Amino acid sequence: MSGILTRRALITGGAASAGLLLSGCDQVAQVPAFRKILLSGDAMNQGLQRALSDRAALAPEFSEAQMSPRFRVNGTHKPVNPAYDALLAENFASYRLQVGGLVDRPLALSLAQIRGIPARTQITRHDCVEGWSAIGKWHGPLLGTILKAAGVRSSARYVVFTCADLMDGKPYYESIDLIDAFHPQTIMAWALNGHALSVGHGAPLRLRVERQLGYKHAKYVMKIDAVASLAGIGLGKGGYWEDHVDYDWYAGI
Amino acid sequence: MPIDAALPMEDAAPAPGPPRPAIYRHRASTRLWHWVNAVTIIIMIGSGLTILNAHPHLYWGAYGANYDHAWLHTPRWPGFLTIPGHYNLAIARRWHLLFALVLGFGLLSYMIVSVVNRHFQRDLRVRAKELSARHLWHDLKEHLAFRFHDAANPGAYNIFQKLSYVLVVFGLIPTMIFTGLAMSPAMDAAWPWLLDLFGGRQSARSIHFIAASGLVVFIIVHLTLVILAGAWNEVRSMVTGRWTVPDEEEA
Ligand code: HEM
Repeated sequence: MSGILTRRALITGGAASAGLLLSGCDQVAQVPAFRKILLSGDAMNQGLQRALSDRAALAPEFSEAQMSPRFRVNGTHKPVNPAYDALLAENFASYRLQVGGLVDRPLALSLAQIRGIPARTQITRHDCVEGWSAIGKWHGPLLGTILKAAGVRSSARYVVFTCADLMDGKPYYESIDLIDAFHPQTIMAWALNGHALSVGHGAPLRLRVERQLGYKHAKYVMKIDAVASLAGIGLGKGGYWEDHVDYDWYAGI
Repeated sequence: MPIDAALPMEDAAPAPGPPRPAIYRHRASTRLWHWVNAVTIIIMIGSGLTILNAHPHLYWGAYGANYDHAWLHTPRWPGFLTIPGHYNLAIARRWHLLFALVLGFGLLSYMIVSVVNRHFQRDLRVRAKELSARHLWHDLKEHLAFRFHDAANPGAYNIFQKLSYVLVVFGLIPTMIFTGLAMSPAMDAAWPWLLDLFGGRQSARSIHFIAASGLVVFIIVHLTLVILAGAWNEVRSMVTGRWTVPDEEEA
């Protein structure tokens, strides 16, 4: 075999196989058995990260001097929903956060009541799934305080947040497990950087779940439900993006 | 496996004159890791480029978004380089974060095996005399003359080979893994030192990109040298382990 032939064959062969590998990946990803493996990375990373971290390990907190000069608005900038417009028009006077599902004492909390609950202030980094990060100061009660007041039953495994922004006519929703729900930095924030939340940032109330990516931090939260299973809610994958574009349910990385 | 590889060694590289000696050069563990890793890294680059398309700006420090100063704006990566071939951030992240596990645990297993079977100590250990200016100069001249092997010990890696493999195995790939972990909000809570190590999440993201670029450069140089050194023999040796000592004086 001549050296030249070998070289040419190898260059072409190498380039062709790299190209085949790249396009082959798309083909393979359509094969149901492989797709299942591809999507199983979610649970593997969750298991691994949970095994490596303390349940109460805190996300890093920052000083005021380390904050982003301007905190970017992403996702929904303003819900397209007449019911939300009505609430906004009266500055959320008749807003009631519904807390229900597997709880002993369902609650309906006004914004004034929520603002009356002892709150936590935390300067944390928000990491968007797209890659950017912004640091801001969030303020609001622990989700754990609200869940304890409602008396979450022992059969509950997850907490589901239903929001005022409609996506294809259905409410945006997200869910987290009880480890994150009772984490000492998981709060229902009603202020950012010292001001009541703007509409872009999720007024009147949004979730902060600091050890996960931005899309988990549901904005415009209307309802919190404790549930035993995510099946039967939306398309069953635990959130709007999870249902519709296969984002990971566990967004710790 | 290529047909030739299964044949007796004498037939493997038909050459005029007496058959050249063949030696067993790469252990099964090295070969297995090499190919798993090669596929994994191509998947990581392809899916990484899709992820980069989602926000093609890189920053230094803890935070960084559209209003902040970016030190680099990357071009849009075309579909023939990305996984998947059309823009889909969710699926790209699925590939990236599943194969991140293959990369991380693959490297860890390879490292353990290579310490136990003494591959690292025997083949990758850089000796002081190899770093002397005279030795480096000599090896550089040999490289430029396309003579890559020491006639007295042809199976041994030369110094540039050793340095680049050490850089990749102990430098670039671990950097990819640890900067990857530093971008994980959950790992930042579990292991806050990750952020101190790289100077913040957006710095880790920038370093992730720089080290990935370093891997791309390595891949190009590596493939070029494989071709120059005799592609067929080199690739076969990474498949079967057996490598024919080249007759470099003729080349
Ligand atoms: C050969 C190995 C790898 C290559 C070539 C690679 C390449 C890339 C590239 C080009 C990006 C896009 C933007 C950026 O540079 O940050 C990226 C993003 C990312 N990589 Fe990797 N990567 C590798 C290994 C890993 C590993 C082992 C992990 C996890 C431990 C990881 C986690 C991530 C994460 C989380 C992102 C998203 C960052 C963001 O939000 O923008 N990568 N990778």
